[in-house]
Amino acid sequence: MTQLDLIRNFSIVAHIDHGKSTLADRLIQMTGTVADRDMKAQMLDSMDIERERGITIKANTVRIEYPAKDGKTYILNLIDTPGHVDFAYEVSRSMRAVEGSLLVVDASQGVEAQTLANVYQAIDAGHDIVPVLNKIDLPAAEPDRVKAQIEDVIGIDASDAIPISAKSGLGIADVLEAIVTRLPPPKGDRDAPLKAMLVDSWYDAYLGVVVMIRVMDGVIRKGDRVRMMQTNAVYGIDKLAVLKPQMVDIAELGPGEIGIFTASIKQVRDTRVGDTITHERKGCETALPGFKPAQPVVFCGLFPVDANDFEPLRDAIEKLALNDASFSYEMETSAALGFGFRCGFLGLLHLEVIRDRLEREYDLDLITTAPSVVFKLHMKDGEVRDLHNPADMPDLTYIDHIEEPRIKATIMVPDEYLGDILKLCQDRRGIQLDLSYAGSRAMVVYDLPLAEVVFDFYDRLKSVTKGYASFDYTISEYREDFLVKMSILVNEEPVDALSMMVHRDRAEARGRAMVEKLKELIPRHMFKIPIQAAIGARVIARETLSAMRKDVTAKCYGGDATRKKKLLEKQKAGKKRMRQFGKVEIPQEAFISALKMDS
Amino acid sequence: MEDWQAAGFGLYVHWPFCQSKCPYCDFNSHVAAQIDQRRWAEAYIAEIKRTAALVPGRTLRTIFFGGGTPSLMEPETVEAVIQAALSSWNAANDIEITLEANPGSVEAARFAGYRQAGVNRVSLGVQALNDTDLRRLGRMHSVTEARAALDIAQASFDRVSFDLIYARQDQTLAQWEAELTEALRLSSGHLSLYQLTIEDGTVFGERHARGLLRGLPTEDLGADFFDLTQDLCNAAGMPAYEVSNHAKPGQEARHNLIYWQAGDYAGIGPGAHGRLTRDSVRFPTAAERTPGLWLAAAESPLGVTDMEHALTPEEQAIEYLLMGLRLSSGISLARLSAMLTHPYPATAIDDLESLGLVHVQEDVLSVTAKGRPLLNAVLEKLVGAL
Repeated sequence: MTQLDLIRNFSIVAHIDHGKSTLADRLIQMTGTVADRDMKAQMLDSMDIERERGITIKANTVRIEYPAKDGKTYILNLIDTPGHVDFAYEVSRSMRAVEGSLLVVDASQGVEAQTLANVYQAIDAGHDIVPVLNKIDLPAAEPDRVKAQIEDVIGIDASDAIPISAKSGLGIADVLEAIVTRLPPPKGDRDAPLKAMLVDSWYDAYLGVVVMIRVMDGVIRKGDRVRMMQTNAVYGIDKLAVLKPQMVDIAELGPGEIGIFTASIKQVRDTRVGDTITHERKGCETALPGFKPAQPVVFCGLFPVDANDFEPLRDAIEKLALNDASFSYEMETSAALGFGFRCGFLGLLHLEVIRDRLEREYDLDLITTAPSVVFKLHMKDGEVRDLHNPADMPDLTYIDHIEEPRIKATIMVPDEYLGDILKLCQDRRGIQLDLSYAGSRAMVVYDLPLAEVVFDFYDRLKSVTKGYASFDYTISEYREDFLVKMSILVNEEPVDALSMMVHRDRAEARGRAMVEKLKELIPRHMFKIPIQAAIGARVIARETLSAMRKDVTAKCYGGDATRKKKLLEKQKAGKKRMRQFGKVEIPQEAFISALKMDS
Repeated sequence: MEDWQAAGFGLYVHWPFCQSKCPYCDFNSHVAAQIDQRRWAEAYIAEIKRTAALVPGRTLRTIFFGGGTPSLMEPETVEAVIQAALSSWNAANDIEITLEANPGSVEAARFAGYRQAGVNRVSLGVQALNDTDLRRLGRMHSVTEARAALDIAQASFDRVSFDLIYARQDQTLAQWEAELTEALRLSSGHLSLYQLTIEDGTVFGERHARGLLRGLPTEDLGADFFDLTQDLCNAAGMPAYEVSNHAKPGQEARHNLIYWQAGDYAGIGPGAHGRLTRDSVRFPTAAERTPGLWLAAAESPLGVTDMEHALTPEEQAIEYLLMGLRLSSGISLARLSAMLTHPYPATAIDDLESLGLVHVQEDVLSVTAKGRPLLNAVLEKLVGAL
């Protein structure tokens, strides 16, 4: 057990690419926590997808021993948090487990929207904050300008921000020293009954469910019987350890300490993040405030390309869900795509990460339908229904009105692109809430419908600003609007997998774009095919795919029979990749491309 | 009666050599400096005898010399092969013996010899009636030579056909109309009119893949070419009896009808394919493609022909559909059902018939004039329903 004043718990707040993971790596390396030969880039991002995309998805922790200039050795617990908006809930609960934050800002880029959202979470959690200016060695670095921006935009003192280069190692020693001198030690009472916060949990193939905790009061030891206060379940501690970042067994954890335990827990779903853990006997009286569980906000269908892959897909989804309580799924049947799952995600990145993992780790080919949000249907009989899938839209006569989720979006953008951003937000039914400047960067705050953001907002944002804008959002409220279900009919037959909810004013434009795209994607048939977008019975856009005119082999004699027969047999087998709609065959690529979501 | 007897039995002889390789051609053809024709004749004869031992006692309706360029064969070589065939099977009274010929002056000089050898029909690869296009198609002859060769052929043989390729690079409908009108005037009763097809593994295929083959017609223009071709030929009394073959009634190529009507045929020579029925079981045969290797195999005691893997009922049915529906006369549904050993599913036919693409009259299923340019799509549908 460690004395409280020799412990510092902290997290790092940064925008993507501003060097958070590299700084974490340096801290680990400089303190000799991991031998140089075991060091790999982005030590704490353990999933392949995290390393490849350069993002952090799951919170991770590492315990560092640091001999400070005052001659004492401190225990530093770093919780590395995700930077992306989709995983904001993960950030907020991690923040509650620590007392301070390093705010890392790229000295050549300045403060970005994501930084802002996360640093406010740190401030809300009562953190002391040490600003760190990274990439100070770049020619484009403007430390003074960025310091001023931190003070203007975030409102914290940046006069003694630490200049560093995480890449070269410059200034890392100063950061370590500042953690000890400028961040507060944790508080807690060793003699009080055990009170520990469940920070995170995940499934490990060898250990089963692993629970990460922060001890507030009391002491937890291997073999203890503990109770989860929300679920009331009781477990015996099988293993108690700290992460360095590999697990190292420890006899006990006292106040202020962070570690993990295993206790023969079957599923991640049996653990509630934010729950309070105490001893079965002589437990604490009051629980910690706890967290609101994360709600999925973006939904889409996932279908196997090959119908035979349905069972493997089910297995894979169940396994992923074991480790990710924020991901929801239920079986779905589509006339177009067969059997699959309607899945709920925290956001688009979360969706992509899950889909990538299913395809990569489980070797599945998937069709992803258009992402949609959860609409609230206020029925005439007073009932309020959640609509996850436009295909489930009930008859309009039973609906009084429809509400959709709105977000508060913060966009930071260089001055010269501001006009394009305002136009984009207006086009997406946005309402401007705020517009301010910090130097040559503008910060705009918009109220936007989430449905418009999941469509292709990121792509448009990136392209109109050449990648210079940053964007973050929080869900604000549900609000009524004039929303309709737009169906797509191919050869007079509705194609359920292509239907979507749209705002009435945007339906024509969306419908036109959709039918034009489908006309390109569906091959010519032996007859002409009308492709229509409709609201109810009213057609709002139409294209006609003309009939095929010529497809015949010029020469076919005795020697060609075998070759031609093989070709026909191959085509017959290739039919499996086509979806039959009445008399029309739609290639699967058409679904993927027509519904292509931005990445 | 065995199924093949509905169409009869013929012999295909493949001569694999050419003077040069045409850029559009994906047939099994090779350019060789020295060819020992005596040795090749012996090899063909040996293979014919071996094949006759497998399917003895047949009535031989047709012989077809294809290639390559069979008009590079010495008349003596042709004669030796014909004699071997006639002594191995029973020749039909009206046996048709066709030889494909290049319409150059050298070849024309051999026509009398071929007639002497027993050839009674030639098929000339004229391909175009203008010199610019002949050069672009890689042909060595000129229009003047081709016309002269056609004259000599028409004087030498009972029946003469010639080939043209259309929908060529930069060709216009008006140009093709003039050219085809001229061809119909020159024709003595049979024409093969092929839309230029870009095949993989050819010079054109390579150029096409690199985007260097310009001026090819779009699907719609290609369809216009096809429609124009049908109109002109119908008006001239030479309707299509097959997708690309036009004849006055009675002038059809009987050898090719054996393929399209799913008869039996022996395929002799490098890369030649055959279909042979023994004890009511139909076997596909495919000979070694490389001339040197084929020659060595033909000279060995084992020979070339391999009859190991019989066609399945489904494969037979697919072949019957894809070959037979090329003919305007169509196929017999009873024959198709007998091959499959169960009735052919009617729904696929109904769908196509409602689109006006096929027509059923009693036992006969045929592709309509509207359906013919879409034959591949029609076949895909019909085969898909099997």
